[in-house]
Amino acid sequence: MKRLRIDAIGWLRRYGTTLFLALLIVFFTSQNERFISLRNLTNILTEGSIYGIIAVGMTFVILTAGVDLAVGSLLAFAGMAGATVAGLFGADVSFSWLIALSSAILVGAAAGYLQGKAVTWLRIPPFIVTLGGMTIWRGATLILHDGAPISGFDSSYRWWGTGTILHVPVPVALFVVVAALGYIVQRYTRYGRHVYAVGGNPEAARLNGLNVTAIVTSVYAMVGVLSGLAGFLQSARLGAAEATAGSGYELRVIASVVIGGASLSGGRGGIGGTIIGALLIGVLTNGLVIMHVSSYWQQVVIGLIIVAAVAFDTFAKARR
Amino acid sequence: MSAPVLEVQNVHKQFPGVKALDGVQLTVERGEVHALLGENGAGKSTLLKILSGAQAADQGECLLDGRRLDPADTPLARQRFGLVTIYQEFNLLPFMSVAENLYLGREPTRRGVIDWKRMREDARTMLLSLGLDVDPQLEVRWLSVAQQQMVEIARAMTQSAQLIIMDEPTAALSSREVDVLHDVIRKLKSRGVSLIYVTHRLQEVKQICDSFTVLRDGRFVARGAVIDAEVGDFVRLMVGRDVEFVKRSRGAPSGVTVMSVKDICTDRDPLGRHATPLHDVSLDVHAGELLGFAGLVGAGRTELARILFGADRCARGVLYLNGRELKPLQHPAEAIEAGLALVPEDRKQQGCFLEQSVSRNLTLPSLRRLAFWRVFVNERRESELVEHYRQALGIKMADAQVAIGTLSGGNQQKVLLARCMALNPKVLIVDEPTRGIDVGAKAEVHQLLCEMAARGTAVIVISSELPELMALCDRIVVFREGRVTGAVSAADANEAALMDLMAVGHS
Repeated sequence: MKRLRIDAIGWLRRYGTTLFLALLIVFFTSQNERFISLRNLTNILTEGSIYGIIAVGMTFVILTAGVDLAVGSLLAFAGMAGATVAGLFGADVSFSWLIALSSAILVGAAAGYLQGKAVTWLRIPPFIVTLGGMTIWRGATLILHDGAPISGFDSSYRWWGTGTILHVPVPVALFVVVAALGYIVQRYTRYGRHVYAVGGNPEAARLNGLNVTAIVTSVYAMVGVLSGLAGFLQSARLGAAEATAGSGYELRVIASVVIGGASLSGGRGGIGGTIIGALLIGVLTNGLVIMHVSSYWQQVVIGLIIVAAVAFDTFAKARR
Repeated sequence: MSAPVLEVQNVHKQFPGVKALDGVQLTVERGEVHALLGENGAGKSTLLKILSGAQAADQGECLLDGRRLDPADTPLARQRFGLVTIYQEFNLLPFMSVAENLYLGREPTRRGVIDWKRMREDARTMLLSLGLDVDPQLEVRWLSVAQQQMVEIARAMTQSAQLIIMDEPTAALSSREVDVLHDVIRKLKSRGVSLIYVTHRLQEVKQICDSFTVLRDGRFVARGAVIDAEVGDFVRLMVGRDVEFVKRSRGAPSGVTVMSVKDICTDRDPLGRHATPLHDVSLDVHAGELLGFAGLVGAGRTELARILFGADRCARGVLYLNGRELKPLQHPAEAIEAGLALVPEDRKQQGCFLEQSVSRNLTLPSLRRLAFWRVFVNERRESELVEHYRQALGIKMADAQVAIGTLSGGNQQKVLLARCMALNPKVLIVDEPTRGIDVGAKAEVHQLLCEMAARGTAVIVISSELPELMALCDRIVVFREGRVTGAVSAADANEAALMDLMAVGHS
């Protein structure tokens, strides 16, 4: 009897988030059947994909016991930079999307790399570095175009945000690709093992010959690249690069990773959990809107769920 | 005789899949030092946790001073009843001063504010009575491992304890410091304080303890008076068989020098930690040789090991590896590349990834060899490698996916040794390889080190236990205050002469 209860806690710890996600979907559908409509689900997924892509990178950062608070600002900065560079080439260039996409990714990579270097070289705690980054990139976005949005993208640019591949919205398809790659890297490569090792015990990792500095720097560069990609997709989806884009995303992204079971002290977590966490936040936000819960209360509910998820995990761990 | 200070009756504790304690009893008389003996996994730690209030027993009674202890007590509540536990892992706050640590939560006050002057003076008096000459205002993080251990003990003494539990208090102490501790324990005894003393150094039991209880596989085996028992009896009771420190006969080392160290010096603390600076350290290491590093705590043995392995920098000098002249290595990656491997001193802090699986712990530095295109880990080959070492070293675990933190100390150490063996090193450095592991596992670790040497690896063994070095090694280099004070072949070594080299620098 006792054995059974312990196993139930272990099972809940592992699949509890997924179960909760399923229950939420059932509940929202019972409240309003419009929730389960293809149109609404597509909406949830597209919105979720943008920060889901960043959450894949954030998983690696949090695995190293770090955190990146700058991803929302970096999304805006990279999106704005991409649109600006594309604009420099004029409207009649046929591959303006390619210019914007690659510039956004490059800017994201460079910014992420700088933050990683600040963490490893200057030994500033990641929380402080990226808290600074959060303000710096937001400010840089405003400087770049004087606070005004950039719009008027051509249809091939917009396709990246609004088009479909085999009926799947492009951002969702890209999220699937990024998540799959992230999963493979985390689960099957030496690099993935190294990230877990650095997060689990940096001193032991170094004594096993791992280049801890390079690994830590790389995860910030990676989340930078993915923030750049997300910034480009967001601008394509909205039809404009806005200075306010992605504000508050850092919290959603970190929440996805943490609800997905990762430990902020590093070494524990995974992409699988992060995806469930990102979907859970997407479903919850959307469902509450559909139920006409005010946006003020939405924030309260989401906050409570983050705390409850971690509290349960801690409780289940203590029980073992 | 008055009533016993502690009586534990019929205690049971079940963990998932393991019966940790099965009807254990323990009686400690007032003013005696009681040795709690048993191999790792025998249930000592679980019993200590139940006594200290860190865990609750499933069944059974504990009577302290005739009063029944509530199983739901927190460790703090137990301390108020006068039952203080000193764990192997320090419970000190590194960024607070020694004095603040000693009186944490019980700071002397005057008119509601902390009386710093009195606290400093009380701390100094307490430390001096322990023979520890440390500034009470120094932050604890600057102290050596041995000094921190002494602060732990001092802290227990500042609490008016009637029963002190010490979990391997001497595992990290030099022999001089052990003597100081033993003096302190005698003083406590004379004041009527009782102690439960857990140690793997069985000679110590003869020296300091009055009575003993032996546990094996979670069961009570025996209780007796130390005066009626020999060290061999303890071992027999603990393992249920006879084990000795055997001098192993092996072929002579080949004599080929694989590594040579010339004039290694360090000026200052590498990384600002409390480390002994080295002065002109030179030595040769031969293939197939078991070379011991002897010395007191702080003699510079671990410092040299870390510099050889590239773990600490700031060293001047020359290193010859396989006949090539090198500057001291700058990173452990270079060392591993050059054929060195290290089992570090502190298993938990520097060796293990405690939350990760045995498999991941074992294969981490070997992954390059186990990966397709050096990128994708071949999990089939990985599990074959782990299985190979599980069998070869007799690592006891449910399966290779359990977290290494759930294994006993001896098994953790075997995993760390397997990790090094999988690299096929030319030079293997093991720092305190048998610290805190049980008698049976010690013999197995010694056997493994001998096998490594027999296959041509040069094995450097750092140990604070001279009998261990004398039984195990071909040659012993003695360190004192950052200098090499002698090198003797183990055949000619005698303990007294080595002690002189360690303590005064000449024999």
